[in-house]
Amino acid sequence: MTTVSLSNMQQRIRASQIPPVYAILVVVFVGAIIIDAIFGRGQMLSGPILTNMVVRSVALGIVAVGQTYVMIGASIDLSVAFMISVTAVLASFVMQGDPNKVLIAVVIVFLVGILIGLVNGLIITKLKVNPFIATLGVGLLLKGFLNASFTNFVGAVPASFQTLGYGEIGPIPVSILMLLGVALIGGFILQRTRYGAHLYGVGGSEEVARLSGLRTDRVLIMAHIICAITAVISGLFIVSRLRSGAPWVGPDGLYDLESIAAVVVGGTALSGGKGGVAGTIAGVLIFAILDTMFNQIGMDAFLKQFLRGAIIILAVASYTYRYKGEVA
Amino acid sequence: MTTAEQPILEVRGITKRFPGVVALNNVSAQFMPGEVHAVVGENGAGKSTLMKVMVGAYRPDGGEIIFRGEKVAFAHPKEAQEAGISIIYQEFNLLPDRTVAQNVFFGREPSRYGLVNQRELNQKTVEVLRELGAENMFQPTAPLHTLSVAEQQIVEIAKAIAFDSKVLIMDEPTAALSMTEVQLLTDLIDKLLERNLAIVFISHRFREVFDLSQKISVLKDGQYIGTLKTAETDANEVIEMMVGRPLDSYFPGLATPEEIGAVKVSVRNGSNDFLKNINLDLCAGEIVGVSGLQGSGRTELAQALFGVEPFHEGTVAINGKALQVNSPTIAIRNKMGFVTEDRKAEGIFPNQPIRDNILLTVRTLQALVKRISRDGVTGQPNLVSDLSHQVDVRASSSDQEVQYLSGGNQQKVVLAKWLASTAEIFIFDEPTRGIDVEAKAAIHEMIRELARRGAAILMISSELPEIIGMSDRIIVMWDGTIYGELPSGATESEIMKLATGHSNGNANGSNSE
Amino acid sequence: MSELTTTNNGPSTWQRFAARARSVNPIYVIMILLLLGVGYLNPRFLEVNGFLAFLRRAAPIMILTAGQLYVLVSGGFDLSVGSIVTLVVIGGALMIDNDPANTWWVILVLLAGGVVVGLVNGFIVAYLKVPSLIATLGMLLVLRGAGLYWSGGAPRGYLTDNFRIFGRGNIENLPLVDKFPYAVIVLAIVGILATYLFHRMVYGRQLLALGDNPRAAKLSGVRTNRVRILAFVISAVSAVIAGILLGGFSGVNIEAGTGLELQAISAAVLGGAVLLGGSGSVPAAMAGALALELLFALLNLLGLPKPLRDAVQGLIIISAVAYAALGTRRSK
Repeated sequence: MTTVSLSNMQQRIRASQIPPVYAILVVVFVGAIIIDAIFGRGQMLSGPILTNMVVRSVALGIVAVGQTYVMIGASIDLSVAFMISVTAVLASFVMQGDPNKVLIAVVIVFLVGILIGLVNGLIITKLKVNPFIATLGVGLLLKGFLNASFTNFVGAVPASFQTLGYGEIGPIPVSILMLLGVALIGGFILQRTRYGAHLYGVGGSEEVARLSGLRTDRVLIMAHIICAITAVISGLFIVSRLRSGAPWVGPDGLYDLESIAAVVVGGTALSGGKGGVAGTIAGVLIFAILDTMFNQIGMDAFLKQFLRGAIIILAVASYTYRYKGEVA
Repeated sequence: MTTAEQPILEVRGITKRFPGVVALNNVSAQFMPGEVHAVVGENGAGKSTLMKVMVGAYRPDGGEIIFRGEKVAFAHPKEAQEAGISIIYQEFNLLPDRTVAQNVFFGREPSRYGLVNQRELNQKTVEVLRELGAENMFQPTAPLHTLSVAEQQIVEIAKAIAFDSKVLIMDEPTAALSMTEVQLLTDLIDKLLERNLAIVFISHRFREVFDLSQKISVLKDGQYIGTLKTAETDANEVIEMMVGRPLDSYFPGLATPEEIGAVKVSVRNGSNDFLKNINLDLCAGEIVGVSGLQGSGRTELAQALFGVEPFHEGTVAINGKALQVNSPTIAIRNKMGFVTEDRKAEGIFPNQPIRDNILLTVRTLQALVKRISRDGVTGQPNLVSDLSHQVDVRASSSDQEVQYLSGGNQQKVVLAKWLASTAEIFIFDEPTRGIDVEAKAAIHEMIRELARRGAAILMISSELPEIIGMSDRIIVMWDGTIYGELPSGATESEIMKLATGHSNGNANGSNSE
Repeated sequence: MSELTTTNNGPSTWQRFAARARSVNPIYVIMILLLLGVGYLNPRFLEVNGFLAFLRRAAPIMILTAGQLYVLVSGGFDLSVGSIVTLVVIGGALMIDNDPANTWWVILVLLAGGVVVGLVNGFIVAYLKVPSLIATLGMLLVLRGAGLYWSGGAPRGYLTDNFRIFGRGNIENLPLVDKFPYAVIVLAIVGILATYLFHRMVYGRQLLALGDNPRAAKLSGVRTNRVRILAFVISAVSAVIAGILLGGFSGVNIEAGTGLELQAISAAVLGGAVLLGGSGSVPAAMAGALALELLFALLNLLGLPKPLRDAVQGLIIISAVAYAALGTRRSK
């Protein structure tokens, strides 16, 4: 009897298209509350802590949405951390605390971001360079130019711009709305547009996509541009929180590797063709919950990093361990 | 003249040459709307080539294609599809992680301003499925990988229908289907005929050919032999047309009774997920041919013996010693060798030189930190050149990477790899597939020579002349089991009848059904 | 190969020379050109002692690259090596605890730790089927966290002189060369062992086969899990050795290994290693690492701001891979 209803439930969950990572999310959340209740202050469910938890995952969440796109297309982007730095530095450098320059600064950073995404995509599709190397190389290029031009915090953003990082609309922080917006738009494009359908196809099987008459190169280049745009948004959010940009804000946040980890934990395979924004957001939230719980029980910051690494491996292994073929 | 009498698609005098082979020689055929037209022939008869010429995947060297009364020349299957000729390959062109509807309309989603109209997408898919009578089998929103093979086949067909195709070409659509699933396909084809489609149907399975088709065209060695009305013929006549010719290629002689020695491999009641109740003895000095259609369990038998997908039940004995062959390593240590069907995916190491390809298996028997001998093994420093000479590899040097060799030479390298490991039990799965005639004869000679030296050989082949010309004994597989056994000298029609499930197993070995 | 049936007449001397020249890995030419360039700008560099001092500095990354090559050839990545280096430097200092008598067992413990990390990496990839990119990324975080936790987030303790001698010490008063760095001796030993194991032993051939065609390797009797795991062990152990040298050269620093994994991958790729496996050479990969260091030295001598060397490195690895990718496409 119970097995029947269980499999019934499994079927219903499958039909509802909720990514399986949400099961892990629920387990982690409940586990975190229990651990916090025993070892910590038992405040995990309080409003401020929950809000703070989400705010802390805004920067990673936004760029992870973009990373989801390239990874669905069976590519990868290791340059996002430096794109974030470029955005943060360039924005505060151009603004110099002047509210009138906000618009021009935002336009500039978006143009630069789109250009970088385009370059990534072109190197991968036209020069046939492995995406790992291509975006690693572009990341190094950005890093070099950044560090050669700036050595410390430069410029500043005006107070008005900090609304992005600290403002609230009613009880809800602007930053959370921003993450929500990016996630919803990102999910909408993937699920509802022709472009999204084509990206899944290109990632799933380039051969099938080509036989169906798609221009696969364009689809993938677009994914890299979208990823770059999310990195720019993420960078703008970070600089609004920090008030000023420095070259290390991206790499120090490990946004490249952590965004990839969040996407994979969220159920998007490295081989592409499946997954989605909903799963990625769950992956990001899992990291945030763990972070918050560790803080609540007063765990050492470095031990947190240790556990985070272990959890990434275990979460991914929970999908992959049944696979029979060879994996490298 | 009414349209019903006019062919929708016609090929006239099609010739297609590949280097060293004439794949199609002056082939003509007419395909009528509202009719299922089966094209039959042995492997290599040119069926698939003809289909690929019709949809523009290959360019013919001569002849013309007339579609709806006009001469056409498609540059790409996509163009043929847009014109109204769709082809469904044995391997599906589907995206397993997308839904049924997303697959059916992939690349042409109904949309406005780039937004896919989900409702319309699903609705249109249901409409297409309804035309096929399959609207209740699965939801348009079901992910493709949750569907059975037969259901996926329906999605492929739906994809073609959604293009408003006039001609639907199906390459072995029933190869991977069970009997009930075939029934499903049969119903579906009736629906398609109501739409006045012309269906071209390639199959090896006579039961389906006779159940489904109105006409049967026979190809043999790239030649058009003739077209029969299904109602006016029978399997014997068709098989007679497909075969019934002298064996024109050279085969070495069979084993004499004295040459056949002790039993080297013995399987009793072997079963696993794909195979049931396998009983098989393999003796030193003999070549046992394994015939059967695709999906009959031929390759699975080889994989079970070699420990790739081991038997779960039953016993295996090698040289009289019972043992569990649970991995290729165990098989190799017991002196087995496996020349696989898919050379590219399972046989060669394309970026490695010839010498390392040849020496790999023998090196797996050595310690990882043993110093290698560049061109051989300890005691046989010239093993590579000896074996290259023995199997006659044509290459500029043994430094050459295997990816640059011809198919025949690659196969010789694979063979040399197993010779180097001093295997005594060989499994060959389609040893001469995709190999030119000259190299074929050479490989046949080598296989026989191995047997003469006392090796036990199991040779899987879908080419009947090869089976008949080489085998001292022939076993025929059907539906995952050994359906019958024939002595050397069996005819092609005898084998075909067993392999198509057309006649029941003979007295020698009917251990199922 | 006269034993093989040759299809055409013997090539002319010139053709043979041209074929030979083409078969030389271009990284060696690049390396020599860079060497000459640096020597031109700084003649002291071409003197024996100047060059040995340079090799001493390049030894850690060259050793790291040799180990990384094993994993790359198997078809994977090892992103954890940079954090292994950091952990070795931090952990070494803490365990030695300012007592030179501890040095020897600490080195043994570090090497054993490397074996364990490699085994875990390999196990996660081979048995849990987690792609190595993710598995070793996770390990990177684990080890970095462990190192920082252990040290409390700031460099603590010192590495004793008898530990640091490997990274910065010299054998003094030698004839001819006056002094010879220990690091170069370690480099030579590791280089020869790694080259020998890869190019002259059964293991190297099985590894190449595994990376080239894993399915065929399995069917040919290669015990794929064992071969794959060993590659990760070799990479991790080489990272421990690199860490010991680097700790000796530059002292305790919690950023000691940061970014080295990507530099090692870049260097191996410059040396002609193919990402996703099946092709590579240990000496060429080490030459790639040396070329990269030479390039940095050259840029330094040219007065280019130090950060720009990252940009140049990025440009070069993209060009090298694009050159290789477009080249093979044309020849096929």
